[in-house]
Amino acid sequence: MPQLDFSNPLMLSKLVWLLIIFGLLYFVLKNYALPQVAAVLDERAARIAADLNAARDAQAAGEAAMAELRAATAAARSEAQAAVASAIAEANAKAAAEAEAINRRLDVQVAEAESRVRAARDSAMGALREVALDTTQAMLARLRVQAPANDVAAAVDRAAGGRG
Amino acid sequence: MAVEGKAIDALSQFELATTFGPIGRAVGFTQSNLHMLIAGALIVALMVIGMRPRAMVPGRLQSLAESAYGFIDEMLLAQVGPEGRRFFPFVFTLFMFVLFGNMLGLFPYAFTYTSHISLTFTLAMLVFVLITVVAIALHGKHFFGYFFPEGAPLWLAPIIIPVEIVSYLSRPVSLSIRLFANMVAGHVMLKVFATFVVMLGALGTLGPLLSIMPLAINVALVGFEVLVAFLQAYVFAILTCIYLHDAVHLH
Repeated sequence: MPQLDFSNPLMLSKLVWLLIIFGLLYFVLKNYALPQVAAVLDERAARIAADLNAARDAQAAGEAAMAELRAATAAARSEAQAAVASAIAEANAKAAAEAEAINRRLDVQVAEAESRVRAARDSAMGALREVALDTTQAMLARLRVQAPANDVAAAVDRAAGGRG
Repeated sequence: MAVEGKAIDALSQFELATTFGPIGRAVGFTQSNLHMLIAGALIVALMVIGMRPRAMVPGRLQSLAESAYGFIDEMLLAQVGPEGRRFFPFVFTLFMFVLFGNMLGLFPYAFTYTSHISLTFTLAMLVFVLITVVAIALHGKHFFGYFFPEGAPLWLAPIIIPVEIVSYLSRPVSLSIRLFANMVAGHVMLKVFATFVVMLGALGTLGPLLSIMPLAINVALVGFEVLVAFLQAYVFAILTCIYLHDAVHLH
């Protein structure tokens, strides 16, 4: 097996060259190649973090705007409801006042009408006595009964008064 | 190239030879070192050219470079913790060097430098020296407490301490032999079955037909070897991470 032929002088020189090449490779990678990769990876990580932060900020702003909108909507709704309620109350009050005024006017008219009715009845009642008296005298005359006019009037009055 | 007098020669592929003519001969620069140079150049090219676009959304090559970086970074973070960041360049270089060595060796005519125990043992010794130096630098005398866990009964010390020392010292051995043996076994098998293809193909009328079988096996083996190449590089890196964890945290 050539690998175990340690008497071969190339074995040692090969190892010396190995150390030189490996050391060189280590040096180049450590000082030039790897920092470049690290820089690119860091840059990308920073970019991703920044983008994520921006997205998070945008989300927060959006949520705040949403909350503001919701609050504004709620305020507008309650304002509108208050306006509607006050309008209804105002209309109700106005309607009530008008109804009251009409009622008052009607009451007055009813009272007037009643007094007119009462006057008419009273006058009718006055006429009724005369009619009764005349009728009584006519009936007495037909029955050929002689009676003093004053007694007849008193009797009619009594009868009418007795009935109210 | 492998069939010499109808004998299977699966081991000559591991022989060292100098390259670059007389200059290479003068400085003992072997084909193994040439492949190390190629692997190193490919690694640097991947990391530098791949990352050149510095794109926010990476393309294919940049993705490959970034995932190689992220793979080792996460491994170190998971095994060692945040303190492991310091060792990142070393573990990364080690992983890529072994991975590219294993993968390069699968190309025809290529030399697999990780198939030499001397090389894997040298790499393992680098790891061993690193973990020992780190442990002593971080913990001073407490490092030697590593060999005798706290709370163990004192009378067990004569047994525990030698066992712990032997297991600690065997780390570079097991680390290097695992990689070396896997690479050698894979390449020997590939070479043996490839030789069968040639030998059967020379048999006559039925030969070419029969040689399809070892060829099919070799096709499957190449796929398997790609897996082993990655897996062994991964094992080498993760064991390094585990040893670093022990060095940093002492259990």
